[in-house]
Amino acid sequence: MSIGLVSVAYVVASVLFILSLGGLSHQESARRGNLYGVAGIVIAVVATLASVGDGGITAIVIAVLLGAAIGIPLANKVEMTQMPQLVALLHSFVGLAAVLVGFSGYIEPLIATSGAEHSIKLVEVFVGVFIGAVTFTGSLIACGKLDGRIASKALTLPARHEMNMLAVIITILLGYWFMGADTTASGILALVLMTVIAAVLGVHLIMAIGGADMPVVVSMLNSYSGWAAASIGFMLGNDLLIVVGALVGSSGAILSYIMCKAMNRSFVSVILGGFGQTSSSAATSGEEQPVFETSIAEVCEELRNARSVIIVPGYGMAVAQAQNGVSDMTKYLRDKGVNVRFGIHPVAGRLPGHMNVLLAEAHLPYDIVLEMDEINDDFPDTDVVLVIGANDTVNPAAAEDPTSPIAGMPVLEVWKAGQVVVLKRGMASGYAGVENPLFFKDNTRMLFGDAKESVDKLVSGLRG
Amino acid sequence: MKISIPKEIFKGERRVAATPPSVKKLTDLGYEVLIETGAGDAADYADDTYTAVGATVVEDTRAVWKDADIVLKVRAPMKNTKLKKHEADLMSEGSLLISYLWPAQNPELLEHLAKNKITSLAIDSLPRISRAQKMDALSAMANIAGYRAVIEAANHFGRFFTGQVTAAGKVPPAKVMVIGAGVAGLAAVGAANSMGAIVRAFDTRLEVKEQVESMGAEFLELDFDDEDGSGTGGYAKQMSDEFIKAEMALFAEQAKEVDIIITTALIPGKPAPKLITEDMVKSMKPGSVIVDLASERGGNCELTEPGKVANKHGVTLIGYTDLPSRMAKVASDLYATNLTHLMTELTPEKDGKPVVNMDDVVIRGLTVVKDNDITWPPPKPEEPASTQPKPGTEEPSPAEKQAAKDEAEKVAKKKSLIGKAALLAVTVLALYGIGAHAPESFLRHFTVFVLSCFIGWQVIWNVTPSLHTPLMSVTNAISGIIVIGAMLHLAQAENIAVGIMAFVAVLIASINVGGGFRVTHRMLKMFRK
Repeated sequence: MSIGLVSVAYVVASVLFILSLGGLSHQESARRGNLYGVAGIVIAVVATLASVGDGGITAIVIAVLLGAAIGIPLANKVEMTQMPQLVALLHSFVGLAAVLVGFSGYIEPLIATSGAEHSIKLVEVFVGVFIGAVTFTGSLIACGKLDGRIASKALTLPARHEMNMLAVIITILLGYWFMGADTTASGILALVLMTVIAAVLGVHLIMAIGGADMPVVVSMLNSYSGWAAASIGFMLGNDLLIVVGALVGSSGAILSYIMCKAMNRSFVSVILGGFGQTSSSAATSGEEQPVFETSIAEVCEELRNARSVIIVPGYGMAVAQAQNGVSDMTKYLRDKGVNVRFGIHPVAGRLPGHMNVLLAEAHLPYDIVLEMDEINDDFPDTDVVLVIGANDTVNPAAAEDPTSPIAGMPVLEVWKAGQVVVLKRGMASGYAGVENPLFFKDNTRMLFGDAKESVDKLVSGLRG
Repeated sequence: MKISIPKEIFKGERRVAATPPSVKKLTDLGYEVLIETGAGDAADYADDTYTAVGATVVEDTRAVWKDADIVLKVRAPMKNTKLKKHEADLMSEGSLLISYLWPAQNPELLEHLAKNKITSLAIDSLPRISRAQKMDALSAMANIAGYRAVIEAANHFGRFFTGQVTAAGKVPPAKVMVIGAGVAGLAAVGAANSMGAIVRAFDTRLEVKEQVESMGAEFLELDFDDEDGSGTGGYAKQMSDEFIKAEMALFAEQAKEVDIIITTALIPGKPAPKLITEDMVKSMKPGSVIVDLASERGGNCELTEPGKVANKHGVTLIGYTDLPSRMAKVASDLYATNLTHLMTELTPEKDGKPVVNMDDVVIRGLTVVKDNDITWPPPKPEEPASTQPKPGTEEPSPAEKQAAKDEAEKVAKKKSLIGKAALLAVTVLALYGIGAHAPESFLRHFTVFVLSCFIGWQVIWNVTPSLHTPLMSVTNAISGIIVIGAMLHLAQAENIAVGIMAFVAVLIASINVGGGFRVTHRMLKMFRK
């Protein structure tokens, strides 16, 4: 296949990828978008295969088929609550692939270079491998934390910022050595050392970040995997890889930005990690306040009498796997003519859009699942709000108390509704370690217990 | 231990101190519940509804009182004319009484109870702290009274509350003025507002302005030197003479205009202030209604006749003192709930044995007789407990807050401006460096890269937030495009190590592509209308 044809195929593939992402702007066009993506990658792979000729084609086909044979069944059996782990795991694969391709590119360059071009290529290799290695180990740690294999609490070692700084400095020094290396062997040594340091840095960075900051971390790693692909693209001089890497990189960057905005925190403060350990003491003062407990029967009665209900789910709903019960309850109430809607905070869950996927899995129509900005004005006209496993995202202190550690974070203003029912395990504070004044408001009732059990009881209570 | 619920004998009292749901909770606390036959009749709770939840119905009034370790009541004990004996004498020595007692007004009753060694908790003496809110019977009853006041007013008022435009002509909405925005006043504001009336409210405590407005009423303010009438414990205090004069002028002016006046003004330990004079009543439109919720304490209106409805100068004056009792069912429900909360506090072990812990602020405040001793009034709490933070002391005023916020914003703006300038400078320098020194081939790729970033930026902002998870998985899948690079290396591998690395890279990148697209497809299939 001629170079020209391959280039055209790559252009077509690039356009298809852009269309694929564009398709996600609406639920109706999203599925078509996914198909565009599949078409894009198939075209790109076929064109590449055709261009390489006979050499190694068997090995390539075997590797591709083997990969697909592992990937597709994995995707088939993953639970929707495990999506964050899967996404993180897939990020780590991109990172690892970038490292491997980077090494290959250094040892056996596909295009001969010299002079300034050569220096630039070395920089590209170095940067690609660095980002790839950080993404690889960082994503593995994120995956482990999300899966509960590693404690999700932030690990805050003393002098951790200094350690990270040191790692970066050593990396830069190794970079100088690498650029000036006379032999391939010493170059490889520098590259290997740097990879090890980057891998440790990836582990340490993500270990220092707690569970609820995971939406930011996963988006960030998403972004990194894109930049890793882009730098490999530079190394190979392959525009398709550059385009895709840039697309993915900016996508992840935007998601991180949205998540940070939603928590009113700067990107840097999230990445440096350790939130909630330093500023929690201020919130626990004050006299002991009463909470009003309620019962299943009372909540059923309130739901039956309500005209408008908003359900605010949080990570607790995902943990308790309560989404199917919530769906049954919603269907029952909607059949009775109650206007039931959902309010989703951007950082609810452990992945951007996590709640939406869980609710969609439970067969809830997406047009009643609304974003925070869409629904926040409707709370005053709402009779009952059910808060299921959410805490910091409904904390009135964020809006009312300027001294609160989470002050200024946009929250769902549930307390403006006629009645708020909070389904909660106990009185523990949320991820941010901030006391939630919502629980002590006059119009708040607490329904203690496991979210799934409570919701199931509510469903049978409503039917009975 | 046994809890008894005697039938109320006060004339016209329809409430009862326990309801079937509250009996159930008391039983759960380990108590045995006795109830006098017919005790719940007036509140629409028949005897069998109590037996259904495990209470024992007792016919004999003496037995109900005698067998009790604890008596729950609404009204304070009084002389039973049928038995010719005072209720306090019917109780066994050493037992416990919980009811309204009004210790300040009834010193001889306290002595009587102390003589009989009856530990007595006056529900009306509950300290006003947040922890005690769930036992606050006064607020619960005031809420009912406020609501009922509006209903009574509507009943005696010859017009709609809400304005209407009908084929038969236009009807203006009723204008309601509520004086005193405590619990009762706010309840009245809410009820009148929801019936469609135009509501105004007045209170000497400026801190309630927001609450009044949140209930949908206009807060009437005096043009006066910011004298705030907030006393301790969230109650009002007595105001200066000039203030009262200005206040009266306001009422006189309002009286000419409004159709309904509901007064709820009370100052603790003092007779109700006279706020509506005979002249004001005369100036009101014929057919107007005044509901005086303070009538039991002498009334806020000079002409009120406590307990009765009177018509003076064409104005109906309602002086009922039993408004909560007129809604006996809900009043009993709430009162019984208050008492069960109190019993829960008194029974920390849930073993059916009450503990009167005099170290507990709430219980200390409630207890007016302990064994043989009168323990009222309780020692003053160290600091005035207020349910509302007082403006200016605990919280910065809104103006200060705004100023602080503006300041913070200014600093943040400045900072972000500096940050932006620095970023711009770095970008310009970097671009200059690249343009001046990078070879042509790199620049070509660089152009593609920058343009792609911009396309990505534009496209991704359009993605609906509900599809952010599929977005991540699809970007995951397409970043598997790195497979192309791995394939090129695998195809040309000479070194076995490179071959193995490239093979592994192709393999895992393919996992990404296959898995990513497949899981995205699965997710997107689930999104439906």
